[in-house]
Amino acid sequence: MEKEKVVEVQRLHAAFDDTVVLSDVSFSAYEGEITVILGGSGSGKTTILKHLLALYPVKRGNVFVLGNDITRLRETELTELYLKMGVFYQSGALLNSLTVAENVALPLSQHADLPKELVEEIVYMKLGLVNMSHAFHLYPSQLSGGMLKRVALARAIVMDPPILFCDEPGAGLDPVSLESLDRLILNLKNKLGMSIILVTHELTSILRVATRVVFLDQGVVVFEGTLEDALDNDHPVVGEFFSVMKNENMRKLLQ
Amino acid sequence: MNSKRINTDICSGNDLVVRLEGDTLVMRGDLLLGEASAFVNAFSRHFRSVPAHQLRIDLNGLKNIDSAGVMALYYTKKKLKENGVEAELEGGSASVLDKIRLFYPEEEMSVVLPRRQGFLEQTGARVREFFGLFMMEFLLLASNLFYWGFADLFRPSVRRRGDVVTQATLIGVNAAGIVVFLSFVIGFVIALHSAGQLRPFGANIFIVDLVVFSIMSQMGPLLAAILVAGRSGSAIAAEIGTMKVTAELDAIQTMGLHPIRFLLVPKLYACMLTMPFLIVFANVAGITGGALAANIYLDITPEIFINRMRDIMMMKDLYTALVKSQVYAGIIVLTGSFYGLRVLRGAEDVGRMTTIAVVVSITLVILADSVLGVIFY
Ligand SMILES: Nc1ncnc2c1ncn2[C@@H]1O[C@H](COP(=O)(O)OP(=O)(O)OP(=O)(O)O)[C@@H](O)[C@H]1O
Ligand SMILES: [Mg+2]
Repeated sequence: MEKEKVVEVQRLHAAFDDTVVLSDVSFSAYEGEITVILGGSGSGKTTILKHLLALYPVKRGNVFVLGNDITRLRETELTELYLKMGVFYQSGALLNSLTVAENVALPLSQHADLPKELVEEIVYMKLGLVNMSHAFHLYPSQLSGGMLKRVALARAIVMDPPILFCDEPGAGLDPVSLESLDRLILNLKNKLGMSIILVTHELTSILRVATRVVFLDQGVVVFEGTLEDALDNDHPVVGEFFSVMKNENMRKLLQ
Repeated sequence: MNSKRINTDICSGNDLVVRLEGDTLVMRGDLLLGEASAFVNAFSRHFRSVPAHQLRIDLNGLKNIDSAGVMALYYTKKKLKENGVEAELEGGSASVLDKIRLFYPEEEMSVVLPRRQGFLEQTGARVREFFGLFMMEFLLLASNLFYWGFADLFRPSVRRRGDVVTQATLIGVNAAGIVVFLSFVIGFVIALHSAGQLRPFGANIFIVDLVVFSIMSQMGPLLAAILVAGRSGSAIAAEIGTMKVTAELDAIQTMGLHPIRFLLVPKLYACMLTMPFLIVFANVAGITGGALAANIYLDITPEIFINRMRDIMMMKDLYTALVKSQVYAGIIVLTGSFYGLRVLRGAEDVGRMTTIAVVVSITLVILADSVLGVIFY
């Protein structure tokens, strides 16, 4: 059975001034899958994500999200689309003047008409999913870097969006937190059927969660396919990234 | 048991139908975020009228549920319990149960609210904070800033090269235009309004005294200081505040630089250096405006005006202006940086502190002006 494409990027070009950041990038992400976008620092991952979120104008190429050509959406249609997308920003991007709870509650209290108590309980439960319910009343300035990230993830999933974009959610987390984060992401995929676009460098995370891999090198897609194929790929850059994997112990993780 | 079966429609939207059938709450359709709010809002009217002490919530008809839906069930169950009704979830497809298992809280959760302080406690804490912390910090920063201001006078190596000049341009030079313009207008208006008062007494020539005194001792210095406070006091507060939020201040410190000496002292120098000039500009422009009005309305020619000015101006006025300029500059830079450093929480705090910085520095400038006015009378 052919799966729906939730994201489709066709021949996307992007440049800042004269520096070409993305050239001819095409890839797709499918419904109910975790698509990992991989690549070295500065290879253009965040730039791709921002194009998918219509934060950067698409100058050349096409970007489809949930079947919509995002360049052709009117303001109201775009807002409607945003309600179906959860976004986790690389920097967290929590509002510093609101408490953790208010931050997470923000989309919920703005877009749904629920009793305040129920909103609080939903927020508390979502914070519990990322092990942050103890920070309910704290302000972002009182949290550590890793805690901020977990709260930001709770905010991204508070509306149960059908599609979730994450820019390096695992960076800066300890291995235990990372594992529970991966478990959460897998749960979101398996139980809620969420489609997830994940930018990450964490090899263990990739092995644990990825369905598909898009490998980016200096603005060019050098590999797109399933995780299994990626591991056997002999493109030099891809091979080097996964070379650690060639040892048997790591392979066991896969099973 | 043959209790009467009462059937009530709780809600029947497009996607979700909920019916109370005797002691069973039957749900059919999708319990997603949108429907959850309709359901909770509708059912909350029925909490009290549930006839049974045991309520079964039949989930077999549910096609789909999301986290908000799961929490709506949890919330309903809790509310029912508060009204003396024990509710049990029953049935449900595998996928619905999966989601309930993922999201349903394991134990009673209680969202703890922080304790609110009483009125007296709050007032006490405020007073203590004001005198114990606020004033202390202000004085501490003041002594630090002025100490390093003196100590670093001939040690340019602790600053970035050219920083004082850059800051002087930002704080002083760029303010000159508006200072000159406004002083001119105010000088003109003062003379204009006094002209009508003086003419009936034939005291036309005293317009010179009036304009020169009011401009030189009050309006000129004050206007320059208020404009600089508004322009640069706010800019300093916003800059320092933003740097604090983004940990740039920490970075400066860990690079072995002294934030006060590296960031604030150059601004202090720049302000102290340019303020006397701004005051002189303001005086000249104000008096020129006054002279123009005197010429137009009282027929006092520029020569007469200048001659009279020679008689009444004293060297003291110049010293006073110089002292005032230094005091004002100190106040503006100090308050700007003090409130900048008080920023804790990012964007909103930066805006708040910037506003306070301007209001406080203008207030302090005017207070200082009155104190100095009494001293130099
Ligand atoms: N607003 C911008 N203006 C100019 N250049 C930019 C801008 N944003 C990104 N770039 C450039 O685009 C390139 C790709 O940046 P991008 O942020 O997409 O990298 P990345 O793959 O997300 O890296 P990282 O893993 O470090 O987050 C970089 O060379 C960067 O300098
Ligand atoms: Mg990035």
